[in-house]
Amino acid sequence: MRSRCCGRNGAVRQMRRAMPASAIFPSATAAFLGGVKSALTSAFFLVLAGTYIGMGALAHGFGLESWWLALSTVLVWAAPAQVILISSLGAGAPLIEVAIAVSLSAVRLFPMVVALLPLLRADGTRLRDLLLPTHFTSVSMWVESLRLLPGTPREQRIAFSNGLSVGYMGTAVSFGFVGHYLAAELPSLLAGALLFLTPMSFLMSTARNAKAMMDRLALVLGLVLGTGLAAANVQLDLMWTGIGGGTLAYFVHRLREATA
Amino acid sequence: MNAIWTEISPYVALILVGYLPNEMWRALGLVLARGLNEDSQIVVWSRAVATAILAGVIAKLIVFSGGALGNIPLGIRISATLCGFLAFLAVKRSVFAGVLAGEGALLLGGWLAGH
Repeated sequence: MRSRCCGRNGAVRQMRRAMPASAIFPSATAAFLGGVKSALTSAFFLVLAGTYIGMGALAHGFGLESWWLALSTVLVWAAPAQVILISSLGAGAPLIEVAIAVSLSAVRLFPMVVALLPLLRADGTRLRDLLLPTHFTSVSMWVESLRLLPGTPREQRIAFSNGLSVGYMGTAVSFGFVGHYLAAELPSLLAGALLFLTPMSFLMSTARNAKAMMDRLALVLGLVLGTGLAAANVQLDLMWTGIGGGTLAYFVHRLREATA
Repeated sequence: MNAIWTEISPYVALILVGYLPNEMWRALGLVLARGLNEDSQIVVWSRAVATAILAGVIAKLIVFSGGALGNIPLGIRISATLCGFLAFLAVKRSVFAGVLAGEGALLLGGWLAGH
């Protein structure tokens, strides 16, 4: 309990420090373009570019077309799910196993949507206005929306957030093509280095987001179990890694809370 | 028929086992957006499961690499991962520094192994 509340205060403090001056846009279009501009100038631009260059190389390595990757970026719009989809489809895993692994990796989108929508709602917001922001919800957009929306007038937030998401998605789609093309043209060692971008950027960004003990434990358990179960050729290895490692980390966290 | 199926089946698979199982959580969030907060136990547990499964994916990509990455010896891939992680910790938990150091170590190791 203690760590959770302090973490949140810390986040609020950081948010205040980084909060840009309140932005009021003359029109909804201007708010949308303001969102696009924030996306292209944020730190996530580089992270997304690197991740999707790696993803393009990965798709190429597993024999999937560049247009397939572009469509998966637009429709799935979650890098972890896409990596699971590409690597397990490409390796010929049973479809039901792919669906379960993708779905388990996407559970985190649920609490993110739940936390984001109250920030976007204004008087007179219709359900259909929230459909696009719901689909656009992903780690990069979510973190930036939570940081920037409080400084944006409520009735312009949906337009701004959609602009932010379109900026990020456009970046991801473009660099996916770049990675796919490069992987085909580069010598083997450099193509290998491109493929290494995905696990590296995922490992570092997950480790950076893992501030609470439970998240760190889940990360370590997932690395160990993921390797072990795959080496032992266990069926549905990713599902068991997630449920086993995650539940264990959760219970250790509960136990520590109970004894603290 | 078979040729057409081979062409479109990755796209059908994308919708059925990629888009739908992923999107359902967003849709559920939209429907149930009221009444749950980020501290509720089911949300905390699902965060742990999502983190562990993502870690499993990372481990498999590094240890059981396919394609051009698989041509680089396992020892070099793991050493490069450790180098990257140490750089990440050393440079104020910077993702950029970690990725850069890991990639540098992989290229150096791969180049030395090839010579």
